[in-house]
Amino acid sequence: METRIRSDTFVDEISAIPGGEGIRLCIQCGTCTASCPNADRMQHTPSQLIAMARAGLRDEVLASDAPWYCLSCYLCTVRCPRGIKQTDIMHALESLAARSGKSNRRTLTPAMYRSFNHYVRSTGNLPELWFMARFYLSTNPLRAFSLMPVALSLLGHGRLSFKTRKLTPEGVRQLKAILDKAESPGGAP
Amino acid sequence: MKYYSYFPGCSSAEGSAKAYGWSTQAVSKVLDTELIELDDWNCCGSTPYSSLNELSSLCLSARNLALAEKRGFDLVTPCSSCYVILSRTNQHLKQYPHIKAKVDEALAAGGLEYHGTVRVRHLLDVITNDVGYEPIRSKVKKDISGLKIAPYYGCQIVRPRLGFDHPELPQVLDRLITNLGGEPVPFPLKSRCCGGSLIISEEALALDLLRKLFDSAQSNGAECLVTLCPLCQTNLDAYQSRVNKRFNTHFGLPVLFFTQLMGIAFGLDEKELGLQTNIVPAAKVLARLR
Repeated sequence: METRIRSDTFVDEISAIPGGEGIRLCIQCGTCTASCPNADRMQHTPSQLIAMARAGLRDEVLASDAPWYCLSCYLCTVRCPRGIKQTDIMHALESLAARSGKSNRRTLTPAMYRSFNHYVRSTGNLPELWFMARFYLSTNPLRAFSLMPVALSLLGHGRLSFKTRKLTPEGVRQLKAILDKAESPGGAP
Repeated sequence: MKYYSYFPGCSSAEGSAKAYGWSTQAVSKVLDTELIELDDWNCCGSTPYSSLNELSSLCLSARNLALAEKRGFDLVTPCSSCYVILSRTNQHLKQYPHIKAKVDEALAAGGLEYHGTVRVRHLLDVITNDVGYEPIRSKVKKDISGLKIAPYYGCQIVRPRLGFDHPELPQVLDRLITNLGGEPVPFPLKSRCCGGSLIISEEALALDLLRKLFDSAQSNGAECLVTLCPLCQTNLDAYQSRVNKRFNTHFGLPVLFFTQLMGIAFGLDEKELGLQTNIVPAAKVLARLR
């Protein structure tokens, strides 16, 4: 018997990202939502997001703050009776939202991720102190003051350093060549 | 002597969890296990990269896996995030040939190739399954009996299902603590999330998750927590005073890396284990052992 699958551009887009393909299997049982530690903070619950995506509500889904509250704790993923990888779907939605260029003002997580990736992309390493400094400067520098006690206790215990680990120059060049290729046209899945 | 390629990850290398890296090396020496650091490894990209750019995230991991493949040993990491990210890269490359083709092309631009043969392991898996409990028991020099410990696994060592312990009620760390002579307390939230990196962008939300963990540990009689992830340790340790301030609580629970606890039981020097870097001091709890 031949099964015909309805073609929805948005669902196709999500399915094309590894782990996103399970979105068509959802039965809306709500297990993911009941398992999520952050479902109550999200504009839309994980199961709502899936239903909205399947209804083709692309703009609404990509503007939702919900994926940015995903902790990547994978509790939904191991509990889903249909074997859907909701965490991967959340990541897929985050990457599609980021690619669509819309900024989400309801959460600072995209800015935090961008700061993290900036250092990983350019140095191959994560200098924790600079990553946090860049994040606070790009969002709300005043918040950094309220976090001074945490930063100072980490510094005082030798756990934050101004000096950071470095890859060899050949390593940096090699990594750059690899990522440049991956990010060239036709690279992204 | 058993050999492994070692992937410390950014925090355990020279970052906020350097004590995890130190104690890992100290303990593995005692256990005749050689962890040889992977030359010139790069950051795995963690959740931020896999959330924003899937293909680049896979390429970041694939470079490390390709470097490890040349050596031929299992790749061991003490970090749960590195563990998940490197493992899922292996899975994705097997499961999605069209993605593998793109990753191969990118690796080739850097003069590398990867054939998918590297086994990614978490340090706790290697210590409990490869080394085993018997040799560990034989190295115990210090009596830590009566020390009540909440075994905190966090999420990413057991989820998504990577086949090394139960995804919600894991037991391996409990068993390790028992074999070291300590007493693991029942800890229903042992694999619930600590807030991860959202502690930086959404602090209030993460502090609430942390408070629940401390509550559960303390109400079950724990005097300290033991964990196996650099980010979990940093959140539980460095933000404990923030939890107290926000919720008007009085938690004072030291948070040790499991390798620090092993080192203590093995009678190793506290400096070598980096105990001076722990923010909630463990001295009071440990003094009782002497």
